[in-house]
Amino acid sequence: MRIARNRGARLGALAVVATVVLSACGGGSIEAETEANEEQAAEGGGECGELNMAVNPWVGYQASAYVVGTVAQDQLGCTVNYKDLKEDVSWQGFGTGEVDVVIEDWGHPDLEKKFFEGEGDGTAMDMGPQGNVGIIGWFVPPWLAEEHPDILEYENLNKYASEFATSESGGQGQFLGADPSYVQFDEAIVSNLDLDFKVVFSGSEAASIEAFRKAEENKEWVIGYWYEPQYFNAEVAMQRVALPPYEEGCQDDPQTVACDYPETELKKIAGTEWAASDSTAVGLVQNFTWTNDDQNVVAAYIADEGMSPEDAAAKWVEENQDKVDAWLQ
Amino acid sequence: MSATATAPRPVEPGAPPPVIEESGMSRWVPALGVIAVWIVVYSFTKGENTLALPGREHTELHQTLTDFNNRLLASRDTNPVMQVTNSISAVLRDVFDWLQRMLARPNLPRPVPEIGWLGVVAIATWIGYAIASWRIALLILVSFLSFGVFGYWQESIDLLIVTGMAVGITIIIGMPLAVLSATSTTANRVITVVLDFMQTMPTFVYLVPVVLFFGIGVGGAVVATLIYAVPPLVRIASFGIREVPATTIEATDSAGQTYGQRLFKVQIPMARKTIIVGLNQTTLAALSMATIASYINGPGLGKPVLNALVANDFGGSFVPGVLIVVMAVMLDRTTTAASERSEKVARGGGGNLRVRRIVLAVSGVVALVAVYLSRLELSLAEFPEYTIGATVSDAADSAMSSFVDLVGGFAGGFKDAISYGFLNPMQSLLAESPWWVSGLGILALAFVFGGLRAFVTTTICLAGVWYLDLWHDAMLTLTMVLVGTVLVMVLALVLGVWMARDRRIDLGIRPLLDAGQTIPPFVYLIPVLALFGPSRFTAIVAGVVYAAPAAIKLVADGVKGVSPTTIEAGRSTGQTTWQEITKVQLPMAKGSLVLATNQGLLYVLSMVVIGGLVGAGALGYDVVLGISRSEEWGKGAAAGLTIVLLGVMLDRITRAAADVRRDDGPGPRRAFNVRLPIGPPK
Repeated sequence: MRIARNRGARLGALAVVATVVLSACGGGSIEAETEANEEQAAEGGGECGELNMAVNPWVGYQASAYVVGTVAQDQLGCTVNYKDLKEDVSWQGFGTGEVDVVIEDWGHPDLEKKFFEGEGDGTAMDMGPQGNVGIIGWFVPPWLAEEHPDILEYENLNKYASEFATSESGGQGQFLGADPSYVQFDEAIVSNLDLDFKVVFSGSEAASIEAFRKAEENKEWVIGYWYEPQYFNAEVAMQRVALPPYEEGCQDDPQTVACDYPETELKKIAGTEWAASDSTAVGLVQNFTWTNDDQNVVAAYIADEGMSPEDAAAKWVEENQDKVDAWLQ
Repeated sequence: MSATATAPRPVEPGAPPPVIEESGMSRWVPALGVIAVWIVVYSFTKGENTLALPGREHTELHQTLTDFNNRLLASRDTNPVMQVTNSISAVLRDVFDWLQRMLARPNLPRPVPEIGWLGVVAIATWIGYAIASWRIALLILVSFLSFGVFGYWQESIDLLIVTGMAVGITIIIGMPLAVLSATSTTANRVITVVLDFMQTMPTFVYLVPVVLFFGIGVGGAVVATLIYAVPPLVRIASFGIREVPATTIEATDSAGQTYGQRLFKVQIPMARKTIIVGLNQTTLAALSMATIASYINGPGLGKPVLNALVANDFGGSFVPGVLIVVMAVMLDRTTTAASERSEKVARGGGGNLRVRRIVLAVSGVVALVAVYLSRLELSLAEFPEYTIGATVSDAADSAMSSFVDLVGGFAGGFKDAISYGFLNPMQSLLAESPWWVSGLGILALAFVFGGLRAFVTTTICLAGVWYLDLWHDAMLTLTMVLVGTVLVMVLALVLGVWMARDRRIDLGIRPLLDAGQTIPPFVYLIPVLALFGPSRFTAIVAGVVYAAPAAIKLVADGVKGVSPTTIEAGRSTGQTTWQEITKVQLPMAKGSLVLATNQGLLYVLSMVVIGGLVGAGALGYDVVLGISRSEEWGKGAAAGLTIVLLGVMLDRITRAAADVRRDDGPGPRRAFNVRLPIGPPK
């Protein structure tokens, strides 16, 4: 018992000393920077405060998110919190204030129904197009398109189906589906066009890229769901297979889809409450727009050159201050 | 062996079965019979009534679940349950935020945290010395410095904070439960069932409901971690309390003590060492789950790992992955040493108290000075940047690509051989049979291996699987799990026996196994993906890597436990090494083999979800789909439940086969579902 009491007393004494030390004011360079930060906050015309940026799991998205985030942080003085989330979870975060911005939305009618004003609870709102145009479709590696040009028409796919067979496809040709979070109707398209293929889901962007890269290197037969903007297309120029052209409404019923994917204007989505706040970053997000090429440049910095998203974004911002200035007006 | 002893006697003619082998051999004969009948029926009925559901379609049941989720989500501002969970989540977030501003990130307008890196390192090192020894202090010092030097200071501290919060709450929740479970048989029974459920559920699966109730980020991450970390503490601590000798309790009871006195003065102090073992297990479990929680934006080292997976960047995931291993080793050794020290002190040992006290006081002052300095100097507050992290990551990258180039062709051949020769036929049998045929087949096998009790559990589980409308996917997943477990057991037998027979091999392999147990699966997913492409085999290999360490250790320890006199007796009759292994060591270690199989099955199953990310499809894909797209939430939830049912089923069958009591602790008969401690061979 005596020992225990002594130990308690010792800990107590230490706690007191610790409190004293902690409350002693920091000095030197840290103090100077603290003051500088305080001044900067006071000077800045408006407050930016915190910007909670959702980061969905594909490299193109990272590029958009970190470029906007870097500008907000370095040029508006915001505290930017990047949150690595799937799309759906991101949208749930608008209502709780955990997420302010989704910077690249590929179209989620079901989520809009749930969270937009009108049918939903009104926690999220459309902030307009962000400039990128999303192209989704069926793609084959370039070597295949070169050696068998007729493969780029869906009518000829059955002719080659057996070439696409793998250990996974049970005797049929393998069609490589994508990350579960993406909009995809490939199983319906395959069955409604009577194609002798089986959809095998790659499960993630990384898995698809790995498969396409290997296919081009070793001249393997691969066909799969792919899209643009996408940095990987600069490394391997994936070729699109023509499906029956998209018409308004042909993808409304998921079971009967037998047409190609439409081109999607990618949008910015923001939390309604945040968008109504006086944060200076609201204007930045509203004005932000760039092209597929811009995004591919940054995405390639990240994925091919192995830069961190922050560094990649900072590099692009430095090289393109003129574009950035337009967002900041 | 009550269940197995009643199984039919061996029918093999001329087999001279030694006593131990007898019951093991016999069960395979009816099992093969069942499989033969199944194959015959399959050949007439294949492809009918397989209940297959295309990847992007769902049933009415799934829609009902989705609607349930939507309603909950829509009512999150008014629903009382959600209000409670949301406010819990808010408290967790605030606590984390405060700790983070103290230790890890700039507390604006300060450009740095309140306590800089030097202070944090000094305090941690001092704590290591105070609760354990100077060696542990040194280990902590080196570990903390490595977090910073490799460029992941903030992520490491974040991970430590999340783990620490989860462990703290685990103790608050877990200890009363442990006491309850140790003192009341009824409570023990109920708690055990709940714990079984929690532990059989693959970690990914509870992310779905956790996000619904506790949101993304710290709140969800801590709660998910908690769910994973509570069971080991409750199990092991209650075991420890129950093992306090009855004579001691009677002796002290006769002195007229109250219930409280008995608990706090006798039972808990005497079980202290076991309780700390439980704490050790809990801490490691929490660490591994906190890493996976990065999937729902949980802070910590899991984030860079996951980001690297997105960008397919092995090097980028390798360094933080290794740091997680460093952290695990640090926490493991520290808690172990602390338990040993507390034991020693309790016995009146622990060296010269006066000297120790002086050293503690002096080093404490040094630590406080370090804290003070870290508040003054920018360079002592913000960890300096080094390039070594990038260098190591580049080296890892190039090592991986040359490895992939080297074995790529062979790997492809191996994959095809297993897929066409083993996986596909087995999958056809399980998944292409009409559902009632596979159902009856599995039931018959459960009866053969596990007896009546396993049969009943299996019936309930299969009925649940059928009800959840994902029968076909469940069969695909079951196939992958079985194939994966076979590969795990092959590895476990070869390496385990080798380790048991040669101590040098043991010493050499064990650190690798420890690392394999603690490194987050996302790290090795990348090279495995590069080798095998998106396929079921990739998921199986990832599962094997995840499951093998535990199984290998169990087999090695089991074989090592065979009494030397038995082996000597055999040697004196002039048996060969091969005979010694197959006729003596393995049969005698049968309990461990079954246990290893059980663990192998559950570990592989829990990796199957992650397999959904790399082209394995089936239930794993459904779960990921459910997390990813709100209109498929119900399907994901159903898939999660189906995985749990499969897990319970496999667990019960193997348990019944081994006939091991399920509530026993880490004693001579190791508890099921307890993560194996990492560390050097015993």
